[in-house]
Amino acid sequence: MTDTPSSDLPQEPAARRVDPAGLVVAAVLAVLAVVLVLDARQLPATTMYGMGPEAMPIVVAVGLGLLAIGNLIDGLRGNLPPRESADFKPVLLILGGLALLIAIIGFGGGFILATSALFVTTSAAFGRRALLADLIIALVMTTLIYLAFDRLLTLSLPAGPLERLL
Amino acid sequence: METFVALAHGMAVAVQPMNLLYALIGVFLGTAVGVLPGIGPALTVALLLPVTYKLDPGGSLIMFAGIYYGGMYGGSTTAILINTPGESASMATALEGNKMAKAGRGGPALATAAIGSFVAGTLATIGLAFLAPLLVDFAVKFGPEDYFALMCVAFVTVSATFGDSPIRGLTSLFIGLTLGLIGIDKLTGQARLAFGIPELLDGVEVTTLAVGLFAVGEALYVASRRHHAEEKIEPVRGSLWMTMEDWKRSWKAWLRGTMFGFPIGALPAGGAEIPTFLSYSTEKRLTKHPEEFGKGAIEGVAGPEAANNASAAGTLVPLLTLGLPTSATAAMMLAGFQQYGLNPGPLLFAERPDLVWGLIASLFIANVMLLVLNLPLVGLWVRLLAIPQPWLYAGILVFATMGTIAAKPSVVELSMLAGFGVLGFLMRRYDFPIAPVVVGLILGPIAESQLRRALAISLGDPLVLLQSPMSATLLGIALIALLAPFVLKGMNRFKASED
Repeated sequence: MTDTPSSDLPQEPAARRVDPAGLVVAAVLAVLAVVLVLDARQLPATTMYGMGPEAMPIVVAVGLGLLAIGNLIDGLRGNLPPRESADFKPVLLILGGLALLIAIIGFGGGFILATSALFVTTSAAFGRRALLADLIIALVMTTLIYLAFDRLLTLSLPAGPLERLL
Repeated sequence: METFVALAHGMAVAVQPMNLLYALIGVFLGTAVGVLPGIGPALTVALLLPVTYKLDPGGSLIMFAGIYYGGMYGGSTTAILINTPGESASMATALEGNKMAKAGRGGPALATAAIGSFVAGTLATIGLAFLAPLLVDFAVKFGPEDYFALMCVAFVTVSATFGDSPIRGLTSLFIGLTLGLIGIDKLTGQARLAFGIPELLDGVEVTTLAVGLFAVGEALYVASRRHHAEEKIEPVRGSLWMTMEDWKRSWKAWLRGTMFGFPIGALPAGGAEIPTFLSYSTEKRLTKHPEEFGKGAIEGVAGPEAANNASAAGTLVPLLTLGLPTSATAAMMLAGFQQYGLNPGPLLFAERPDLVWGLIASLFIANVMLLVLNLPLVGLWVRLLAIPQPWLYAGILVFATMGTIAAKPSVVELSMLAGFGVLGFLMRRYDFPIAPVVVGLILGPIAESQLRRALAISLGDPLVLLQSPMSATLLGIALIALLAPFVLKGMNRFKASED
């Protein structure tokens, strides 16, 4: 879209920059389509009339296959919208916080510890350096949330060592 | 006449103290999250779904509707004061509103947005009340093949017709449709795409998907580009009150904005972007003060804001009468209905008139509450914008995971939440629209079961889809809507280039 039409060979691929992101999207969609077909084939066909459970996955797989081709063409032509530079360090930090939260919940550490860990890592990812202050804020806030859920809404959140003290 | 009686009954439901309280909580929360950058009404409803499943259905739905309307009001405040519109529907408002705020006319800009939203919201809700019974009478005759065709129209218009790229929109939709296939097939009991993981047999939770895409994805995205630019809040200077001149210039813009917003919202066309930009360009053409456009013209705030709110009410028409969500927020509201085992559509009007009409009547009340909440309390909302970004997003993520932990505290479910967060981040970064994923997940299984029902009745004859005139017409519309953007690609498409 950004090329000037005045060039002598507008279709020449060298003039357009191949965007690898578009190729990755196309590959992922193609793999997804194959997974759908393989999964649909292991379903026994039991329906007498009309569509069985295996029909819709095939339809979706065909759609995904066509879209893989479409994205491939967009990627080869470099037709993707422009992107600004991204800083992946904070993204990894937040994902680390989420992994910590899942681990704490999985090992029975309880709601308060798990969400406090996520709060502190997210806050740090957004540039805060006062870890101790954030930890205290997080512990107070999540304790209040836990009490509100437990006492007011009577919904149970997972309990760990801290929750048992309350 | 029928409508008045029904509406009067609805009003009696809506003014019950508990329902008034739910409406108040809804508009309060809705305005707060509308003002906060980064969380929209769809996410708020998603966050509240797990918390509310033990509450009374009527009250919760009234609260969700209040959030929807409140989010629209709150979004305009953010657009005017910091020029970073929370949702794309507020982009037109930001064009002129932020210039007005910079010129010391932030007060009148906020006022015309709030009063315009009230006028448009009220008129559009009247439209909803009168249009809904007509559509219900019509929809009663719909067979399963007609519903399937209708959903095809919604799929195409939500994903392909009005976005920047039909390929990327359809890609989003098909990701949603794929996710919708996961789990036990309701008609035969076969497990699809579960890969032996027991948690997947129940299918993907709409709330997990929406919270992952909207909350986690947004937080990751904002974190990745924090180094770019700092947002600047314009203080509200000068009087909040509009002058006589402001009123004169606003009222026609409000009405015209409503005329754009309601019909386009009521069609299964998805999104409030189109009517807001249509309204903006119309006001620009009709104004007696063309020199002010681009420098802070009050019509440029009044019209789009009215169009935005009117289309929000319009979206409720297909949602309530046909069970057809055409925006992410409407999809979340449909999930809210489903959580109580309710299916919006003609049957719901017949079986639970108290619930449906109570909801419609409470929209009028919510509008009045929002006018009161927004004009005098604007200073309070502005203070919300001053929450430091690290705490804001850390808090959003705590609330986001809290909903999932409360509903299903399993490692698999939380991993899915994180995975959808990564998906949302990548989709934002590579400019794929998010709403079609949610619509695909929630509407895909319904469309499949309608199609299979239609084919079972016809003993497997696929021609049944073309024999019903309704379904043949709708499929034709879907096909045209699918092909149109490809055909028109070379032509000048409507773009927001008014900067």
